[in-house]
Amino acid sequence: MEQPLHIGLEHRAAVARFPTPRWRLPHLAFGRWLLAWPVPLAVLALWWLAARHEWIAPQVLPSPEAVALTLAESARSGELWANLQVSLLRVLGGFGVGLAGGLLLGVVMGLSPTVKDYLYPTFKAFSQVPVLGWLPLLMLLVGIDEALKIILISKAALVPIALNTYKGIQGVPTRYIEVGRVLRFSRWQMLSRVVFPAALAPIWNGVRYGLTHAWLALVVVELLASSEGLGYMIVFGRQLFQLDVVLAAVVVVGAVGYLLDKLLALVEQRLLGWRKEGL
Amino acid sequence: MARTFIPRPLRGWVLPAALLAAWWLATRWGWTTSPLLVPPEKVWATAVEQVTSGKLAAALGASLRRDLIGFAIGSSAGLLFGALLGASRLADRLLGPSFHTLKQISLFAWIPLLSVWFGLGDAAKVAFLSLAAFFPVVLNTYEGIRSVPADLLEVARVLRFTRWQTWRHLILPSASPSIFAGVHLALIYAWLATLGAEYLLVSGQGIGNTMIDGREHFWMDLVLFGVIVVGLVGFALNWIASRIEARALAWRGRSVAQF
Repeated sequence: MEQPLHIGLEHRAAVARFPTPRWRLPHLAFGRWLLAWPVPLAVLALWWLAARHEWIAPQVLPSPEAVALTLAESARSGELWANLQVSLLRVLGGFGVGLAGGLLLGVVMGLSPTVKDYLYPTFKAFSQVPVLGWLPLLMLLVGIDEALKIILISKAALVPIALNTYKGIQGVPTRYIEVGRVLRFSRWQMLSRVVFPAALAPIWNGVRYGLTHAWLALVVVELLASSEGLGYMIVFGRQLFQLDVVLAAVVVVGAVGYLLDKLLALVEQRLLGWRKEGL
Repeated sequence: MARTFIPRPLRGWVLPAALLAAWWLATRWGWTTSPLLVPPEKVWATAVEQVTSGKLAAALGASLRRDLIGFAIGSSAGLLFGALLGASRLADRLLGPSFHTLKQISLFAWIPLLSVWFGLGDAAKVAFLSLAAFFPVVLNTYEGIRSVPADLLEVARVLRFTRWQTWRHLILPSASPSIFAGVHLALIYAWLATLGAEYLLVSGQGIGNTMIDGREHFWMDLVLFGVIVVGLVGFALNWIASRIEARALAWRGRSVAQF
């Protein structure tokens, strides 16, 4: 096997060449903020020019103004909010079910080796089939109503949450458990004082993945089988060849994904803040 | 807890066997008249028919070919871009924020746009697959390179490594677990995206198209067969990736996390 760090004679030859000039950037927060803008602005300018001079047909690439106008218009008419609300309710419902199921499954498998022996192989086999693999089957079984969406979204959230919870609990160092034994903790104290705090970081990671996957699943389900929601806005715009509607909906999908992620990061700080202080 | 008589290695089979038995009994005794609950034998017959007629090979071949092409393009582009962001502070500050914003857009939301730009054929599908593989590789490569310990870089300075030597001997080996994790993730995402692309850009051949076909004709046996094949392929891809990962990282002397 290869050595990670191989220092041979031939490297001595490199001595003379070494001090590479590296240029330093201003260490200002403002400079950093400023540097984020040239690329998006250049892309926007190029897009604007392309639309303005009709290098590309507007059916294929609508102008940025058209997209902004469509976004403003659908926000004003309430269409956007109605669709957004439908999507958010669906994702919250599905994520809630997936969270509860995933935590339960993960905790049970993590705590009891016997339960794990019975459940884990089946769980693993079911989770090998990606969310989209279940879609045609579920469409036949439960139709294309709300139930389909909730089931698929909760499946998307459940798998990473269950897996991370299980591995998190498994990964609690035995030394911690021994300390708990020495202190004669009851079963409940052991769980609430030792196991869960120690496993919280991986569990929380699972929850974050779960929400990301739930949002991803929501968009797919709405693209494939829905008559309302953000995904439907995209399909609808696509069918009418109104790419301004498509792009406006895509922007909203991105923004909501971003906000959900930020929200979880905020909760994480509260939830796991004590760990950083300790280190 | 009561001691059970079932030996440990067999315990994993209890639940699947029970489910299979329930399924078989339900169809056998006619607990339901739904045409959707097909007996297990029928699924088996469909499976045999699909395999022997070569239909499965054709569909799976088309899907896997697209999957691998898209994965190869997306992950190599992702490696380069991730390395650029990780290595150059300037590139990170110029391109990083745009990248992190784009990454928030749910993957499948791109499909309608791609279908307008690239049509409904293989080009759009491969473009979408590349996109699916691109994001996880960039993120993990970037994070891997960023988390190379400062001590190691100082070693490089002490040893007067050239820039190339630093990369070859320090940065890449040190970032490799994270990079492999990203590539592994990309492989899983690409497979998910392959199905999505086949559902949403309905043209051509593939295992996803087979399943859609089954659904439209209410052929439950075909759909179930598809679900099983999709699961097996996912499992196989995952297994191969784990093996390669374990091999490539064996010099580190410990196994890495499995997905």
